[in-house]
Amino acid sequence: MPAARRPPIWLLSVGTLVGAASVLPAAYLVVVIAGDLSAALETAFSSRALETLLRTAALTAAVVLASIALALPIGWLTVRTDLPGRRLWAVLCTLPLVIPSYVGAYLLVAALGPNGMLQDALGVDRLPSIYGFTGAWLVLTLFTFPLLLIPLRATLRRIDPQLEDAARAMGRAPLEVFRTVVLPQLWPVIAAGSLLVALFTISDFGAVSILRYQSFTAEIYVAYQSSFDRVAAAALGAVLVVAMLALLLISSRVRGAKTVHRLGPGTLRPARPYRLGRWRWPALAFCSLVVLVAFVLPVGVLIYWASKGISTGSTSLSTVAALGGNSLLIAAWAAALGAVAALVVAVLAVRYPSRTSRLVERLAHGGYALPGILVALGLVFFATRAVPPLYQTITLLVFAITIHYLPLAIGPIASSLVQLSPRIEEAARGMGRGQAEVFRTITIPLARGGVMAGAALVFLHAMKELTVTLILSPIGFKTLATDIWTQTTYGFYEASAIPALVLLAVAAVPVYLLSEQGAAPP
Amino acid sequence: MSHPTLKPPRPLAALLVLAAAIGFVLSGCGFSTEDSGGGSNEPDVEGITLYSGRIPAAIGPAVDSYEAKADRDVQVRFAETADLAATLVEEGDASPADVFFAQEPGAIAAVAEAGLLTKLPQDVIDKVPARFRDPEGRWVGVTGRARVIAYNRDVVEESELPPSPFGLTDPQWQDRVGWSPASSSMQEYVTALRARYGDERTRRWLEEMVDNGAVSFPDNVTIRDAIAKGEIDVGLINHYYVAQAIAEEGPGYPVAVYFPPGGLGSLMLLTSVGVLESSDRKPEAFAFVRSLLSGKSQAFFTSSSKEYPLARGVEPDPSLNVPIDQIPVSDSSLVDLKELQGTIELMKESGAL
Repeated sequence: MPAARRPPIWLLSVGTLVGAASVLPAAYLVVVIAGDLSAALETAFSSRALETLLRTAALTAAVVLASIALALPIGWLTVRTDLPGRRLWAVLCTLPLVIPSYVGAYLLVAALGPNGMLQDALGVDRLPSIYGFTGAWLVLTLFTFPLLLIPLRATLRRIDPQLEDAARAMGRAPLEVFRTVVLPQLWPVIAAGSLLVALFTISDFGAVSILRYQSFTAEIYVAYQSSFDRVAAAALGAVLVVAMLALLLISSRVRGAKTVHRLGPGTLRPARPYRLGRWRWPALAFCSLVVLVAFVLPVGVLIYWASKGISTGSTSLSTVAALGGNSLLIAAWAAALGAVAALVVAVLAVRYPSRTSRLVERLAHGGYALPGILVALGLVFFATRAVPPLYQTITLLVFAITIHYLPLAIGPIASSLVQLSPRIEEAARGMGRGQAEVFRTITIPLARGGVMAGAALVFLHAMKELTVTLILSPIGFKTLATDIWTQTTYGFYEASAIPALVLLAVAAVPVYLLSEQGAAPP
Repeated sequence: MSHPTLKPPRPLAALLVLAAAIGFVLSGCGFSTEDSGGGSNEPDVEGITLYSGRIPAAIGPAVDSYEAKADRDVQVRFAETADLAATLVEEGDASPADVFFAQEPGAIAAVAEAGLLTKLPQDVIDKVPARFRDPEGRWVGVTGRARVIAYNRDVVEESELPPSPFGLTDPQWQDRVGWSPASSSMQEYVTALRARYGDERTRRWLEEMVDNGAVSFPDNVTIRDAIAKGEIDVGLINHYYVAQAIAEEGPGYPVAVYFPPGGLGSLMLLTSVGVLESSDRKPEAFAFVRSLLSGKSQAFFTSSSKEYPLARGVEPDPSLNVPIDQIPVSDSSLVDLKELQGTIELMKESGAL
């Protein structure tokens, strides 16, 4: 590797701006904590906070491990084998991502809960309880594992088959080849994807609240809901930020330790698919089971409810169209802004590694580990003081959602840059192009897959976003997600099913594009 | 540079532009015509801004009737009551809100405690009996929700039920009772128990409930649904959730309500309203509060949501067969925040929370 170069000033300035913007929610926590430091310390270091942290860590570890256990075989099967209908399976296995965790959780309760649909179907008296750890683990795994699957497939698609061919030619068994040749090349992307899954898990509130798992976000909610104790809530939020930094450190260690881009000459040759033979049947059964539980069942329940909702005439189509329009508007802006901001951060982190660029990257993750309510309140605090005219406008809402979900875009873009040899850029510079021009003509086009994936992920999560929208939107501005919230708050599940299905349908578009990322030629 | 992979990411840009365009069109045509939705950037000189912890269906007609009568627009922000209270505290003087309508009593007390509510005019205060309002006149109750025992009438006879929730620690109720320790309504109830019976008795009850296998739910609705599904047989909830379900599902709905006569009886919890000190439209805001307490709005609240109307001289819905006079207001639901904090400590220590 050549010695680290200094980034161009404009890149560094934009990156610093992005980092500073993303750190606003965390800065708000600091301001609140400083107001009553001793109370904050008491909360943050209480045995209760420690217990909650351990519970959250256990859930996070379990969700990450299960996500790897799902994503690795599905990714390999749909990219590197002759599995029948593998492109279709790839799309179907990515679709669970469109289901918001709160919707997934109440659907799980309806389907597998006590006296739920499964119990009725089986005609038994009692099923094992899905509340607590089990349910939260199941829901978070099923509806977030595609966050790992997507970059994993993209990477599998791009790794050089020559090494594998060599290993096979020397007589190693396929499984051995996978373990010794393929897997080591996957660790960086597994680390990056797991980080997204882990951060989503620690910041999620929907699933843990409905499934009664006392995780950190639930504890923050108790602080607001019960005692209106903003210092305690901020102190707990700060603990989450520290936990997030630790996860980030682990992830970047794994990512940074490897050289992933090809150094050999010539064009990447597409890999020959493995023949599954008889193994195609268990492989198909595995994929079918995942799709059934994570997508077909939840959507089936929603369609059933929607059919009842339509018959009672609760939601007008024009209302749903308007809601969908608002959701699209927010999501598209957040995706565009997020992609640009994330590209800058990722280029700084990957191409110009230095203390400053690492700091920018960490700061940019500031909003993702926090539950939506803390992100929202942080921006309420700063916007009412610094930019009152922007308070509760579309601009501020898009800004808030972008910084909340920015890391989702940084991950894929960084991964695609890591796989891209810096020598191409160096060659272009060697031929006399300026840094900005190289960035525009070489870096961005070659990182296109990552940029698209990043934008699509932000789009998807912005569609599902709830708490920030409720607090920061212009007054009277409603989205599909806020409508679902309004209906389910009072238990009108049938009425919520129609906006939920529209949300799923719209969000399915970026998910389709994401799953195609892995299928398209590199 | 004619290699196909070196094109800029056009499909992405095109898709985002398309999505934004569709968004503009859809949100433009469908939305500006909706009731209080309104254009976001029009100056609302004529109107007031309401932060509501209650959902649209629960307040819509009451807001409409004010708008029609006063010829003023009401802009409403809907969110969780606790989130709105936290938002008001962060906004401070810069809050765009004129009125705060809280679903739970603790939230409005917290906002009042932060010095953000103004004293209401005497005529507004006088509309509501003293036990349903802030002693300092910063907020008034609008409707009341009674804490009751809900039960599955296919499994339980009303005569079997104990005279107060204290009796639910009996072995015959083991693993059959649902409650929601994390919900504010349950915490208000426990705070009231402490005020009446002291911490020791309250702690013993909580511990006995936990030992007796009380099942924790996140909120009232999930308790009600669990009773309907037969998962549990009885539950501690607010009275109107059952009335609403009966209205929706018909008389065959298996859950019924029992107003326990003993102990605290069926403790009354309040939804309440206050006007922000920072509001520069206080006269309109006060008029809106008056409108919420008018006979017409109060009749809407009680008939639609089956809550108790709190303004003097308004009759509750006929389905509410226990008169409001027989339902006590907790001495502490005119909330002392330190007490609520103490309640949470107590509930944590006893393993309920």
